[in-house]
Amino acid sequence: MSAITEIGLPAAPAGKARGYWTTVGRRIMRDKVSMACAAVLVAIFVAALLAPWLGLADPYQGSMIRRLRHIATPGYPLGTDELGRDMLSRLIYGGRLSLVVGILPVILAFVIGTSLGLVAGYIGGWINTAIMRTVDVFYAFPSVLLAIAISGALGAGITNSIVSLTIVFVPQITRVAESVTTGVRNMDFVEAARASGAGPLTIMRVHMLGNVLGPIFVYATGLISVSMILAAGLSFLGLGTKPPEPEWGLMLNTLRTAIYVNPWVAALPGVMIFAVSIGFNLLSDGMRSAMDIRN
Amino acid sequence: MLVYGARRIVYVIPIVISVALVCFMLVHITPGDPLVAILPADASQELANQLRVAYGFDRPLPVQFGLWLWKAVNGDLGNSIATGRPVLSEVLRAVGNTVTLAIAAALIGFSLGLFFGLIAGYFRDSWIDKVATSIAIAGVSVPHYWLGMVLVIIFSVELNWLPAVGAGPGGSSAWGWDWAHIRYLILPAITTSVIPMGIVTRTVRALTGDILSQDFVEALRAKGLRETHVFRHVIKNAAPTALAVMGLQLGYMLGGSILIETVFSWPGSGLLLNSAIFQRDLPLLQGTILVLALFFVFLNLIVDIVQASIDPRIKRS
Repeated sequence: MSAITEIGLPAAPAGKARGYWTTVGRRIMRDKVSMACAAVLVAIFVAALLAPWLGLADPYQGSMIRRLRHIATPGYPLGTDELGRDMLSRLIYGGRLSLVVGILPVILAFVIGTSLGLVAGYIGGWINTAIMRTVDVFYAFPSVLLAIAISGALGAGITNSIVSLTIVFVPQITRVAESVTTGVRNMDFVEAARASGAGPLTIMRVHMLGNVLGPIFVYATGLISVSMILAAGLSFLGLGTKPPEPEWGLMLNTLRTAIYVNPWVAALPGVMIFAVSIGFNLLSDGMRSAMDIRN
Repeated sequence: MLVYGARRIVYVIPIVISVALVCFMLVHITPGDPLVAILPADASQELANQLRVAYGFDRPLPVQFGLWLWKAVNGDLGNSIATGRPVLSEVLRAVGNTVTLAIAAALIGFSLGLFFGLIAGYFRDSWIDKVATSIAIAGVSVPHYWLGMVLVIIFSVELNWLPAVGAGPGGSSAWGWDWAHIRYLILPAITTSVIPMGIVTRTVRALTGDILSQDFVEALRAKGLRETHVFRHVIKNAAPTALAVMGLQLGYMLGGSILIETVFSWPGSGLLLNSAIFQRDLPLLQGTILVLALFFVFLNLIVDIVQASIDPRIKRS
């Protein structure tokens, strides 16, 4: 070490050294695709959040004489649905429920799965076997089938959709968390923490969590894409929310009967699901390559 | 190899039992009494008690599970509440159509995925790579049931080239390999193929890139080997993993077909599951899910064994 300083390398820049997360953040900011996705997603989120204050038409107010107007009809920029309700308004309001049902399961599964994976990976032994073998059972079902089986058994409803999707994602996140934790567990700094008397809870919380969270977070971001498609798919089947609530999957379902009258209006809710899903997928890819500092 | 195969088969037994347990529990997580679905609305308490005993719902859960499992092993999954016919025969009849759809979709999705993946990985960072990667990411992000609707809008509503729903002329559900039937298969098969296409492309692209950056490829080129031969080495090295991914995708297509079958009214296991859910036909729901999940488990088993038998690297670990 001292040999290097003697050669006369330029001194480290004054001030705080750039941390890992700052570097990752800067790399993401420079990635045009990720930033474009983030912008679109933020726009959809903000619009959904501020929907009541955007001066939109009432998303529940229909009219039998204004049914299935075409896109770009004056007064109805995106047309009207099968009950004469304004599509633009319903698409924006629809984001409220669709985004919650699509994203909340991943957040819940992230918390539960990370905890389970951390415990399984750090403690090991029979606890690891018990947790990971249980996870294996859920891997024996294709995820669509599992989500629909649980939802179908529990019955239609938003809460049931969220519960069933959470059950689908917990095993997947647990598996990722366990494998990352196992990789970190035997590193020197963990050994050092243990040698200096830290208990298992402290080690997991203080020393491990920060090191395993990154990859799990990237994985979970990618899962949101799947979750959005599945959540809307459940309501598309009639297992999610009930009419007249605006929700993208349900809107696709009720508009299916209209495809012979006004096909392109019927396809609009799917564009929203697609946009959110592809946005999170590309964002997850962007984060993964930004966190891969070696390249 | 034999030892690996045997170990892998033994390992499947607890999985199969647990899968059966999950399917069994499905009926018992349903809110309320499982009898409600069977009973007529104005049933007397006496009839309810009689049926409770007849269906064995009065016994403790582990006993019920044991009896149910024993019957299932002997091919008896109970009778459908809606039709009164045995669940197993209903499911097996529908599964055939799902297999037809999955195989057609696999042919399209896998060949496109392999093609895009190989050229994207080989010409990494070129415009070809960018196009192929974009197609792949769109394939995995698209809500496939919506894509099905869009294809129906284009090819059935606007162009009137292909039928929108069903699996054969006159609404018949019996399949045949002639144009009259294949016309019905095209749109659902394309719709089903986009997810596997995207995933196979991404996997093969990553594999090809990794293999090409290894030292042995450098050695092959230094030795003067022609690029077509180098390419052959790439394919050989990528094959086991690609095969495993494709096997898994085939399983997802078989088990996850409910959304697409609903869009196209394709008379397969997914449509059966759909009607089981909405008619509250719990034995049919339970049976269909059990059969589909077991399909998936055994497909995984076969994939693992095939992978181990063609990839010498697996046996050592």
